[in-house]
Amino acid sequence: MRRAELVTAVLLGLLSIYLMWEAGEGPSWDPDSVRFANIGMIEDEGPGSGFWPFWLALVMLASCIWTGVNWWRRKTPASRSSVPFLTPHARAMLFQVGGSLIVFMGLTHVLGYYGAMFLFLIYYLRFLGRHSLGRTLSIAAGVPVFSFFFFDVAMRIVLPKGYLEPLFIPLYDIFL
Amino acid sequence: MEIITSLGDGVLQALQPFNLGLAFLGVVVGLFVGAMPGLGSVNGVAILLPFTFVIQDISGSATAPMIFLAAIYYGAMYGGAISSITLGIPGASTAVATTFDGRPLALAGKADKALITAALASFIGGTVANMLFTGFAPALASIALDFGNPEIFALMLLAFATFIGLGGDDIPKTIFSIAFGLVLATVGFDIVSGEPRLIFFDITEFSHGIRFLVLAIGVYGIGEMIWTINTSQDNITMTEAKLGVSTVLREIKAFPKAWKGTAIGSALGFFVGILPAAGATPGSLMSYGVAKMLSRNPERFGKGDVDGIAAPEAANNSASSGAMLPMMTLGIPGSPTTAVLLAGMVIWGLQPGPLLFSEQPDFVWPLIGSFYVSNVIALAVNLACIPVFLWMLRMPFTILAPLIFVLSIVGTYAAYQNTFDVWLMVMFGLGAYFLRILDYPLAPAVLAIVLGPIAEPKLRQSLLLSDGDFSIFLTRPIAGPITVLAIILILLPLVKLIYRKLRG
Repeated sequence: MRRAELVTAVLLGLLSIYLMWEAGEGPSWDPDSVRFANIGMIEDEGPGSGFWPFWLALVMLASCIWTGVNWWRRKTPASRSSVPFLTPHARAMLFQVGGSLIVFMGLTHVLGYYGAMFLFLIYYLRFLGRHSLGRTLSIAAGVPVFSFFFFDVAMRIVLPKGYLEPLFIPLYDIFL
Repeated sequence: MEIITSLGDGVLQALQPFNLGLAFLGVVVGLFVGAMPGLGSVNGVAILLPFTFVIQDISGSATAPMIFLAAIYYGAMYGGAISSITLGIPGASTAVATTFDGRPLALAGKADKALITAALASFIGGTVANMLFTGFAPALASIALDFGNPEIFALMLLAFATFIGLGGDDIPKTIFSIAFGLVLATVGFDIVSGEPRLIFFDITEFSHGIRFLVLAIGVYGIGEMIWTINTSQDNITMTEAKLGVSTVLREIKAFPKAWKGTAIGSALGFFVGILPAAGATPGSLMSYGVAKMLSRNPERFGKGDVDGIAAPEAANNSASSGAMLPMMTLGIPGSPTTAVLLAGMVIWGLQPGPLLFSEQPDFVWPLIGSFYVSNVIALAVNLACIPVFLWMLRMPFTILAPLIFVLSIVGTYAAYQNTFDVWLMVMFGLGAYFLRILDYPLAPAVLAIVLGPIAEPKLRQSLLLSDGDFSIFLTRPIAGPITVLAIILILLPLVKLIYRKLRG
């Protein structure tokens, strides 16, 4: 945990510097603009467009340095902790749950939201939850069906269906 | 007199079948999310906000979706006690203090007494707070009408300062969270100059900005859920409670014994709830502490004292109304849940703040009326349906969690119809999980991304007015004291540190 606190503070500090750099960028339509010209007061215009994000990012950087000092002085619980940042159980759960969410999102581009939802629920309920096949299939099929009628039919929000689009055309003819 | 007439009209509007149905549905959903360990009002409100567009479409006004979300908020305050008492696990952080005496009473075979005391105290706390809200809100709104840009910015500074001074979290991490949320709110086109800002890696999707819901659902729908999955324990035993009409009547008769705790919780909860960064959790803990301190039998606390249940339960309901006060009158939310509600109001085309009371009375008074109605519904549903909620609490988290993930993903897509936003939401959720492990508070970031788009123009317009002189925030008669108070709160941790060092 101790090392993770420092690594996170450093990474967030680098993010803060990146945000400061980006905030100082002038508008793309003005090739003569000078970086960081927008972070102060502009005559007759008040604070420039980069004023607020630049100084806030600087505050972020300062707070990361402060966290680093607290880490060095062992002031925070995490900086004193000898517990691993991610226990083997937490790492496995993160891989299984967080990983499945990323796969779910990836599948939405191929199978659409309903297809991805169906596979995600089967994976989660059957393999992580160890539920019976009957319960798994009824929930995994019921949720996309309910969602279709709620979003596509009732709310008229058409969720992307990827390569499964042709399967929905008969349903469009009936319900939309 | 005008207030009473407006309130009467508001209650009648709230009692219209559609609004009443929404309040009922909201209370049931709220009771469920409140009772479920790992879920709280903020999760329920954030995840379901995208679905309120359909309510707005049907009703044609912003009042109905707001009644629904406010009812979730109310219901969740009641629901937290159910799992605190029967499982010994607070359904939400707002019900932590209820566990102290509620669980021992349940283990002593009096779960029914604990549940009914909690429900009645919640009802009284909520009603007292609603009356205080009705009395204070129009007056505060009319005072706030005189506020200009420096005053509004000073108030926002005060909101963030309370997180630093009173939030109780690691200070540099709290400051980081606030600043990060405010920076995220600047992504996209600058509304003052029209210049694009922080378009990371020239990805055009960033030009529409990072929407509030993307961060809120990521934090509360994904990050918190993964955290709960990783930290939940399997060795939980549920204490059964059998509630019949005779039991309820008997406990109602016995309830006056808990008057002291109820009174303390009702009053203290409201005023703590008004403070940004405070809200229902510290309100309930403080009320428990004060009730114990003022009790003739403090040694009974922690062993099943009814005042120890009534005080935090009255307080968390009272605080939820208190948190609505700055949101509705000043446009400054007092808690993450009210931040989501405020964002919802903006999405539905309303401008939260003092003008709301004078320009949108058709929205304000039915909403206030619904607070009273929802409170009655919550009490009735709570007492009638406790066995149902106990049954629902047995639902394995391995069913609930994937449903919440699906709801979060589909809800985010439905809100903006943009898969990029859904990816961003998932990434924020995973990031939030890592930061949560390292004690980075995330509620300030959620509050900041809501307040950022309001705070920045106010600051810039104030500085334009003063030719860049920051003393404008100190020299104006209203902004000055607020800014000084904010500075004191920011410096409070430093003062405490020096005081501790001096005392050795």
